[in-house]
Amino acid sequence: MLHVAPSPPLARCLYEKRGWALFALAALVILVVAPLANLVTPEGSFLHLSDASVALLGKLFCYAMLALAMDLVWGYAGILSLGHGVFFALGGYAFGMYLMRQIGHDGSYHADLPDFMVFLDWNSFPWFWAYTDHFCYALALAILAPAALACAFGFFAFRSRIKGVYFSIITQALTYAMMLLFFRNETGFGGNNGFTDFKRILDYPLATPQTRIILFMLSGGSLLLLLLASRFIVTSKFGRVLTAIREAESRVMFCGYDTLSYKLAIWTFSAAICGLAGALYVPQVGIINPSEMSPAASIEIAIWTAVGGRGTLIGPLVGAFVVNGAKSLFTAAIPEYWLFFLGLLFVLVTLLLPKGVIGFFDAPPSARISLPFTRKEPAS
Amino acid sequence: MRMLRLFAGLAMLAVFCAPAAALDRGAIGRLASGDADEQRQALDALVADNDVSALPFLQDLLADRVKIGADTTIIVDGDHGLDPLERAPVALPSDLEDVSTSNSLRLAIEESIAALELLSPDPALRLEAVKRLQNAELDEARLALIAKAESHERDSAVRDGLRQMRALSELQSGDRAMRLAAAKALRASVSGRVREALKARLASEEDGEIRVALTRSLRNVESSLAIGENLGIVFSGVSLASILLLAALGLAVTYGLMGVINMAHGEMMMIGAYATYVAQNCFRAYLPDHFQWYLAAAAPVAFVVAALIGVVIERMVIRFLYGRALETLLATWGVSLILMQTVRTMFGAQNVQVENPAWMSGRVFVMENLQLPYNRIVIIAFSLAVLALVSFLLARTRLGLFVRAVTQNRTMAKCVGVDSSRIDTIAFALGSGIAGLAGVALSQVGNVGPDLGQHYIVDSFMVVVLGGVGQLAGAVYAALGLGVAGKIFENLAGAVLAEIALLVFLIVFIQKRPQGLFALGGRQAD
Amino acid sequence: MKRRIVVKSLGFVAAGALLAAGAILPARAADKSPIKVGVLHSLSGTMAISETVLKDTALMAIEEINAKGGVLGRKLEPVVVDPASNWPLFAEKARQLLATDKVAVVFGCWTSVSRKSVLPVFKELDGLLFYPVQYEGEELEKNVFYTGAAPNQQAIPAVEYLMSKAGGGAKRFVLLGTDYVYPRTTNKILRAFLRSKGVADADIMEEYTPFGHSDYQTIVANIKKFASGGKTAVVSTINGDSNVPFYKELGNAGLKATEVPVVAFSVGEEELRGVDAKPLVGHLAAWNYFMSLKNPANTEFKKKWAAYAKAHGVANADKPLTNDPMEATYIGVNIWKQAVEKAKTTDVDKVIAAVGGQKFEAPSGFTAEMDEKNHHLHKPVFIGEVKADGQFNVVWKTPGPVRAQPWSPFIPGNDKKKDQPDAN
Repeated sequence: MLHVAPSPPLARCLYEKRGWALFALAALVILVVAPLANLVTPEGSFLHLSDASVALLGKLFCYAMLALAMDLVWGYAGILSLGHGVFFALGGYAFGMYLMRQIGHDGSYHADLPDFMVFLDWNSFPWFWAYTDHFCYALALAILAPAALACAFGFFAFRSRIKGVYFSIITQALTYAMMLLFFRNETGFGGNNGFTDFKRILDYPLATPQTRIILFMLSGGSLLLLLLASRFIVTSKFGRVLTAIREAESRVMFCGYDTLSYKLAIWTFSAAICGLAGALYVPQVGIINPSEMSPAASIEIAIWTAVGGRGTLIGPLVGAFVVNGAKSLFTAAIPEYWLFFLGLLFVLVTLLLPKGVIGFFDAPPSARISLPFTRKEPAS
Repeated sequence: MRMLRLFAGLAMLAVFCAPAAALDRGAIGRLASGDADEQRQALDALVADNDVSALPFLQDLLADRVKIGADTTIIVDGDHGLDPLERAPVALPSDLEDVSTSNSLRLAIEESIAALELLSPDPALRLEAVKRLQNAELDEARLALIAKAESHERDSAVRDGLRQMRALSELQSGDRAMRLAAAKALRASVSGRVREALKARLASEEDGEIRVALTRSLRNVESSLAIGENLGIVFSGVSLASILLLAALGLAVTYGLMGVINMAHGEMMMIGAYATYVAQNCFRAYLPDHFQWYLAAAAPVAFVVAALIGVVIERMVIRFLYGRALETLLATWGVSLILMQTVRTMFGAQNVQVENPAWMSGRVFVMENLQLPYNRIVIIAFSLAVLALVSFLLARTRLGLFVRAVTQNRTMAKCVGVDSSRIDTIAFALGSGIAGLAGVALSQVGNVGPDLGQHYIVDSFMVVVLGGVGQLAGAVYAALGLGVAGKIFENLAGAVLAEIALLVFLIVFIQKRPQGLFALGGRQAD
Repeated sequence: MKRRIVVKSLGFVAAGALLAAGAILPARAADKSPIKVGVLHSLSGTMAISETVLKDTALMAIEEINAKGGVLGRKLEPVVVDPASNWPLFAEKARQLLATDKVAVVFGCWTSVSRKSVLPVFKELDGLLFYPVQYEGEELEKNVFYTGAAPNQQAIPAVEYLMSKAGGGAKRFVLLGTDYVYPRTTNKILRAFLRSKGVADADIMEEYTPFGHSDYQTIVANIKKFASGGKTAVVSTINGDSNVPFYKELGNAGLKATEVPVVAFSVGEEELRGVDAKPLVGHLAAWNYFMSLKNPANTEFKKKWAAYAKAHGVANADKPLTNDPMEATYIGVNIWKQAVEKAKTTDVDKVIAAVGGQKFEAPSGFTAEMDEKNHHLHKPVFIGEVKADGQFNVVWKTPGPVRAQPWSPFIPGNDKKKDQPDAN
């Protein structure tokens, strides 16, 4: 496992001039062309982008952010998290609190408190709901709360030198425990129903094409910015050390690096990205509930990353779009085969395409598929 | 049980040879086809004059053997009919309907049967009847019957039971001496109902001496009840532990010994459970006479099927991924999705029906409030047997020797001629087969559906990780600890918080001891 | 080479977007074209077990209507989508049905959370949803018609029965449920109701378990202990999969239905299919319909379903079962059809105005009537005891249909609520 593979050409494109051109083009499409196609062109025209597509693509941008966050920790630092869903959901819940308070007195009980609290006979907001009526605070909370949880969890885990599969399993236990906690009605997050029925954001009604396209642009814009930021991180010295940690942590440590703080930093940053993605996801989808924290949802994030190609930044974005696109298609056409397809995808990608779709297209045709002719020896 | 009662009832009938006086066709008709009120009145009338001749009919009624024809009532016994009054064979009409009985009527019938059995010549039957009546509401007629039975009673256990029943109602008496005697008489009781009654009386009693007697009896009753309750909690913990252990043992082999993360482990259990289902159906179709023993056949079948699927998975997927633990994890997750969907396609998305064999239902009577169900005991024994089998295989056989050798030093093992590739396959098959055995046990306590495995995967990883990799003993202690602690905590804080607390405990524990409870000596560096 | 890279990458993004956008294409409606009708039930994932048959029931009702010439001379064209038991996906698919397919009405949802998830979409796009499952109430929306039971059409009659002499005269109650909104709400209402009947708080035990809970030893032991204080009944709002372990444990502990009866609101014919029903015999369920009801409308309904299941290869067609939510779906489709005929248009607002007061001879043997105001059906309530074959023996029923109270009077503050939806 000690060979450091050079990034494949396609994955490297962000580091070259052409890459910048492509980046600018994507920004143009998301920020100018799509809004025009949605708002200006008449419905039914060939150039029209329907409201449903805007909602769907906005959601996919959030998923792509998740895949990007996963790639930073898994692809570059070698830490496979099976609990990224928890950071995503926390961000969603934090921003959801703001949206719940924006409902004001328009809930079905017309009360000061959200409906589910009225229902639990609560008379005031619990302490953790304090100040969530301020947009900026809620947004900051959406990013900082997951980051804080990740930081605390990561600090103890990395300090105890938990890694590899062990780490994956306890992140899974973490998200599972949090899911059970949020399912409880008394926890104060609406139990199984979570938060729904949002009405407005910053006093603008949510259910208008204008608000929706702005959220779409924000999601797409954030994705591009984060892609840029991630590119700077992984090409910096910091990123090089991370890659080194992925390949041989002990050796890096013996060279005098404090691997704990490197891992902790990227882990926390990754969680913060998830939190932002969650905050953007909730107003567009209109619901946040504990099923986002289910272990299966977190594993799916890993598969988007693996399908696209880890350690490439652009690959996971492709993976998120392709897998979710396939999901929309399959669940509409042949729902009973969706799980077969997903399962096979897991198996085939790990067996045949260790570098993902991106790696497949970048390799010379003769070496595209790494046929597993030789069995590997277990490390003992 | 019901059969036993029937035999007892028939035996008693022979002894008493009572003439069928009160039970006539009118009463039978009303009991069988009347509405709820008519049924109730007919029953009360039958029991009012303690007519034991009504017993067989009541027992048939309770066992759903009484059917209604066009204008007759008939007892269906297997494939022939009996006249309810004469009990002589009659021809079975073609269109028979069930008698509609409600819970309250069945309860009344059960209690009436017990009340009548108080007069039975068989002391065992009388004791049974006393136990049955312990929780019954006692009206004037019943109390009179109890007093009468008590005065005739020779058997001391039965007499004590009757006395306590009487004392329970005399606790409310207006007569001071009677209340005092009753309070004292209840001292030796081991019954939750007595505890509640004493508490209630203590709240309203004003007489000082009686209060002392009540307090004393209450303390006695409470302490004897507490023993049973606490033992019950421990037993439920052990029982949960046995299930956790079964779920984790296979994983302890594949993960602990081979270092393979098998996320499809839960699906192996699911396959074991479905194998049980298929075995059950085969027995029902081809060997209906030996149906009770289908589980004995299901266990090896489940083992073999799961082990074979394990071989296929190892040969097709896992062997190419050794040393890449994270990829193995994802690939086996994919395998688990495929297995689930395959089962869903073959057997349908719905849960399937797996019956408990009759010999597994019933309870061991330890104390009044501690009765251990057979099926839980059987599962505990089964998990111990599987544990013994696995440790025997690993510690005492040549195969086990090879497995341990390959685990400890693969290169060296190969040098001395061990076919390590074959050993990998066998070890994985063994782990999968054990998971299949776990599925057989799980089919007896829960649902059998395509998602069965998903519920256990987090739990079983918890056990293995907590116990320490590479250690069977660690898994045993971890399962016991998690099971008993979980049950104690559930009693304190409820099921939801208990589950969260265990997960948090595990996360914290791993920070402290990343190698689990029982770490192998030495330290591995990468 | 580099140009190719750009093109390729763009291609990926575009392909992904196209894949995602799926079959979203603009549709044009002509005057005599078929009326599109949406069916929004999970066909995969955890809820598929319950919801798949509702999709088939809706399709059966639609086929039946088409066979009789359709509605307003136009055929109905079902649009079936699969939200895959994923709550955000429910909202997405609802939007697709309303905005892209332009369906006139949607029949769908099972869980409360899925209904809550699609509600904003239906309000925004002014759609029409028929919701066929018993639920917790506390909701009344202009765009939704509720053909399942509100708590006063299921839970309260069941408890009244348990307290009656015929039901065993229970004095103490265990309110046991899975920890989510429906059990919480139902139990809150029941607790207030029991208090109003003079049951002390000490005689009520409330317990919740997590989803998928499978070890009921502790809870059953506690029920047994609690039951020693007097005649006890258990009111179970345990969610689907946990029921089998619960009932098996009851059997293990020797708690028989005659001593401690359990009445369940989520256990019906379909749920008992995969269950060895013997440990459940005698336990109760409260519904607005049972398959075992004997009346001509039900015989007809069962026959139609058996024929449909066989003709279309529905799973388990060899042993076709009907249940309460299926009946509610069937009523919903037919009531919508009648309302469209009355309104002479499929325009949502006009149809909503016409739905109130529609009557339908339901398989329950009673006339189901949509309330003029509150968007809920008037339904009869039946209590059945489980038989060993997984069917129910009806032991009690209300004299006639009961009017729904979506805002339960047992929840404080609800007396001020209007019994009709707010205008949007």
